[in-house]
Amino acid sequence: MSKKTLLSLNDIHVTVAGKEVVKGISLDVNEGEIHAIMGPNGSGKSSLAQALAGHPSYEITGGSAKINGQDLPEMDATERSLAGLFLGFQYPQAIPGVTVANFLRAAIKARHGEESDELRSFRKNIKAKFDVLSVDPGFAGRYLNDGFSGGEKKRLEILQMMVLNPAVAILDETDSGLDIDALKVVAHGINEYFEEGKGILLVTHYQRMLNYIKPHQVHVMIHGKFVRSGGPELALQLEDQGYDWLNGKSEQTEQVGV
Amino acid sequence: MPDAIKNKNIANIGDNYAEKYGFHNPEEYFHKGARGLNHEVVEMISQMKKEPEWMRKFRHESLDIFLAKPMPKWGNTKILNSIPFDDIFYYIKPIDKQGTSWDDVPAYIKNTFDKLGIPEAEKKFLAGVSAQYESEVVYHSFKKDLEDQGVIFKDMDSGLRDHGELVQKHFATVIPNTDNKFAALNSAVWSGGSFIYVPPGIDVKIPLQAYFRINAENMGQFERTLIIADKGSRVHYIEGCTAPVFTTDSLHSAVVELIAEDGAYIRYTTIQNWAHNILNLVTKRAMAKTNATVEWVDGNIGSRLTMKYPCIYLVGEGAKGEILSIAFAGSGQHQDAGAKVIHAAPNTSSRITSKSISKAGGRASYRGLVKVYPNAQKSKVSVECDALLIDDASRSDTYPTMEIDADDVRIEHEARVSKVAEEQLFYLTSRGLSEDEARLLIVNGFIEPFTKELPMEYAVELNRLIELEMEGSVG
Repeated sequence: MSKKTLLSLNDIHVTVAGKEVVKGISLDVNEGEIHAIMGPNGSGKSSLAQALAGHPSYEITGGSAKINGQDLPEMDATERSLAGLFLGFQYPQAIPGVTVANFLRAAIKARHGEESDELRSFRKNIKAKFDVLSVDPGFAGRYLNDGFSGGEKKRLEILQMMVLNPAVAILDETDSGLDIDALKVVAHGINEYFEEGKGILLVTHYQRMLNYIKPHQVHVMIHGKFVRSGGPELALQLEDQGYDWLNGKSEQTEQVGV
Repeated sequence: MPDAIKNKNIANIGDNYAEKYGFHNPEEYFHKGARGLNHEVVEMISQMKKEPEWMRKFRHESLDIFLAKPMPKWGNTKILNSIPFDDIFYYIKPIDKQGTSWDDVPAYIKNTFDKLGIPEAEKKFLAGVSAQYESEVVYHSFKKDLEDQGVIFKDMDSGLRDHGELVQKHFATVIPNTDNKFAALNSAVWSGGSFIYVPPGIDVKIPLQAYFRINAENMGQFERTLIIADKGSRVHYIEGCTAPVFTTDSLHSAVVELIAEDGAYIRYTTIQNWAHNILNLVTKRAMAKTNATVEWVDGNIGSRLTMKYPCIYLVGEGAKGEILSIAFAGSGQHQDAGAKVIHAAPNTSSRITSKSISKAGGRASYRGLVKVYPNAQKSKVSVECDALLIDDASRSDTYPTMEIDADDVRIEHEARVSKVAEEQLFYLTSRGLSEDEARLLIVNGFIEPFTKELPMEYAVELNRLIELEMEGSVG
């Protein structure tokens, strides 16, 4: 109980384009915890991720959401990032003409300032992270996500997470579009980043990512609600049986095996 | 929000320009002619310059052409038709004698160029500098070793005086005084500008620069530049310009002619940063002979209206031309810029890359012409136009014309208009950048193909100018 709560969601509702897509989710991510949200397509899990990071089209219409005790709805995307929240995008955006290195430098400058040690040691720091993710040094000079393969985009998301070192990382379908080798590398990066004092919220459709990253809790989301929460074995059960057996049980959350 | 971000929003473009470039000196001039344009003014200019008879005649003839030619019926006709030709000062000679050391230049003029960073740039990375103030070049310097190799870099008036035959042979051969109304105007009242001749085989390794400053209100600046790169030679020329901020318009109407002889290479770089009350109506054209290369690198940030379409005639087999331009149109600005390439010989190739950014109601137009004559077989043409709109109030138009009369040519043409996407902004802000910082990063990325062609010092300066212009973007 002495563990600090990093991300605290209490009955939050999210609306996009006038439609409610998240219908009352409660969740605490404490220090040193990895939570996985699993669910079929269209269950609202990516909408939840977008809303938490502050996408202007996704509005938190009810409940409370806090990072390190600060109210998320009061902050714009910039402020949420500076407060320690990170979203690894399912579909990272290309910014032609802006190199990976210049972008990362701008992000570090925004966070730590022009005169910071973080900015001064930038080059060395990046090099070490490139090695962890088995990324070619030439990566730094390429334009941000411009013409990147699916695997390169996801590696870059994890690289950004490692560089920005947030308190809470929400990773939205980071495993999608990765072959097994790339998946291992990305998982290695996530495990390198993770330590006491950090929290991770993994959003995923498939169980396979969880072979490499052990979640403390798994939540199954269907139709905008958690229908079941449990330990890692719940993910394996989903792998075997799919989501169908949980459909229709969305009114009540059942706790199993915690 | 962090303080740095809040402060950025307060900034206002006009104020920034006024502070940095928009200062105005008192006018203690050696000679300031009367307002208005007639044969007397033309005669006075020619007399004061003690010009040869052919130039005197050329000026008078040009004035008649200017008066006879109608105003163009395209571009921004509203502004063109409201130019108060009778209120403009056509010739102002600030000082009697040009300086070859900054100590020879009056302190108030030297201070102007100091503030603009010219003497510093000269020390650091230029082979020669020409500084024009109103109608005359007030300071000129050139590295001795280049002079010893026979390279000529002078102001146009000195060029005419010292190298009369060479000038007469080439002057107005690329852009005749009948070309257009504003080329005729320049031909009648031209003053200052640069004359460059590079002898065969000489490589001028570091850039030559000219800087043009308008100080007086209702001034008309009409510099004339002629660059001749003889066979197999190479030269890079850079020009920059600024002016004080006045409420009434001033006119800048230059003519620039480039001649690249066989196998020669000329790059001409412009960073145009006129105040927002300057009408910038410029004719620029190059002739590229056999296996010669000409590159126009053209950045338009300032002015109220710019109409400028750098042109390359590829007249020799194997000649290459490249025109790379960016235009930034902010509030109240219209950048009507573009490019023209004429393929008149076989195996010629050209590439046009045009990028425009419109913001806060600004308007950027691309107007281009590519013509391939029937004899220009096996030629290659590539045209790429990219427009970026920062907000819904801004405007971008594209007027591309292609006239291809040869059948064995390769043509590529792409045009795109994009908006700064909400998804891109969200992506960058989710990494802790403010919206202003995110927009600036997107814009800098957008013009990166241009900035990477500039010498490093100019790339830094350009990014800084864009940053100033982007401040106060609608959030």
